[in-house]
Amino acid sequence: MKVKILIPVVFLLSSNMVMADALNDIFNEYKQSGVSSTNEKAGKTLWNKEFKDKKTGQSRSCTTCHGVDLTKTGEHVRTNKPIEPMAPSVNKKRFTKVKKIKKWFKRNCKWTLGRECSAQEQADILTYLKNL
Amino acid sequence: MNKVMLGAVITGLVLFTTNLVIADDDKYEKNERGKGFFSKYFGKKLDVAPVKNALYKEECGSCHFAYQPGLLPARSWKKMMGDLENHFEENAELDKEIQIKLTNYLVENAADHANYKRSIRIMKSLGKNEAPLRITETPYFIRKHDEIPKRMVQDNPKLGSFSKCAACHVNAEKGSYEEDDIRIPGIGRWDDD
Repeated sequence: MKVKILIPVVFLLSSNMVMADALNDIFNEYKQSGVSSTNEKAGKTLWNKEFKDKKTGQSRSCTTCHGVDLTKTGEHVRTNKPIEPMAPSVNKKRFTKVKKIKKWFKRNCKWTLGRECSAQEQADILTYLKNL
Repeated sequence: MNKVMLGAVITGLVLFTTNLVIADDDKYEKNERGKGFFSKYFGKKLDVAPVKNALYKEECGSCHFAYQPGLLPARSWKKMMGDLENHFEENAELDKEIQIKLTNYLVENAADHANYKRSIRIMKSLGKNEAPLRITETPYFIRKHDEIPKRMVQDNPKLGSFSKCAACHVNAEKGSYEEDDIRIPGIGRWDDD
């Protein structure tokens, strides 16, 4: 009897748990790199901050492709490919794989800021995004 | 007797399909699709082999149309995959392991290794050592798109460039670039005639 109730509960929880797992892992890594606390507000500010691209002179921010409303689909500024919403509340696949989080931070920080983001910056941004 | 008949049919089929692959003018192209024996009885022959590699779809296709490897020669793909940090002015770095896997996939299925109509024509249009990085810069591509006025693509606010294959070729993902499958955003069907 107990098992029968447990199965759907586990099923419902599993997607959230995958996200929690990946986030736990990556936040542990940030901790090991010396991040002692995270700042959601700083994350939000950085997310919305505009940077000037040295080569093209273009103004770039995370919102250039992800859009302003993170519960909505974004669009790659150059190719128009849709980008699934960032907010985990509407997109259950967000932040469920450490590898993916790292890959996109690396690529997209380089594009937007012209450099990689520090562990502290990543931790702050992720703290902001994971609660959306 | 039966064996002789079967042999004749098989020989006929082989000759017929070979002709289809070799045929290189546009009028024949239309016949091949509309009335051709091959398409009528064996379904549409695709223009390029569709992408079946999940890793490629995921890694490359999340930013742009997952261009079929059969649209460029192996030498182009090698060149491109060797400089992903400057991928058309974007950073598209990959883990070494993934980069190697994808390079192998691209090379193995490149235009010079593919027995598909468009792949063959793209290769024919290129010089022996030419290794373009853009499909849109291959002579075959240019020839096939040179009648399209600027307002429909480059100056089309819904489009902006020729790089978004699937924006007009509605079955591009399946590897079909046939004329009947073209819908230009904001304009509609494209008719050559």
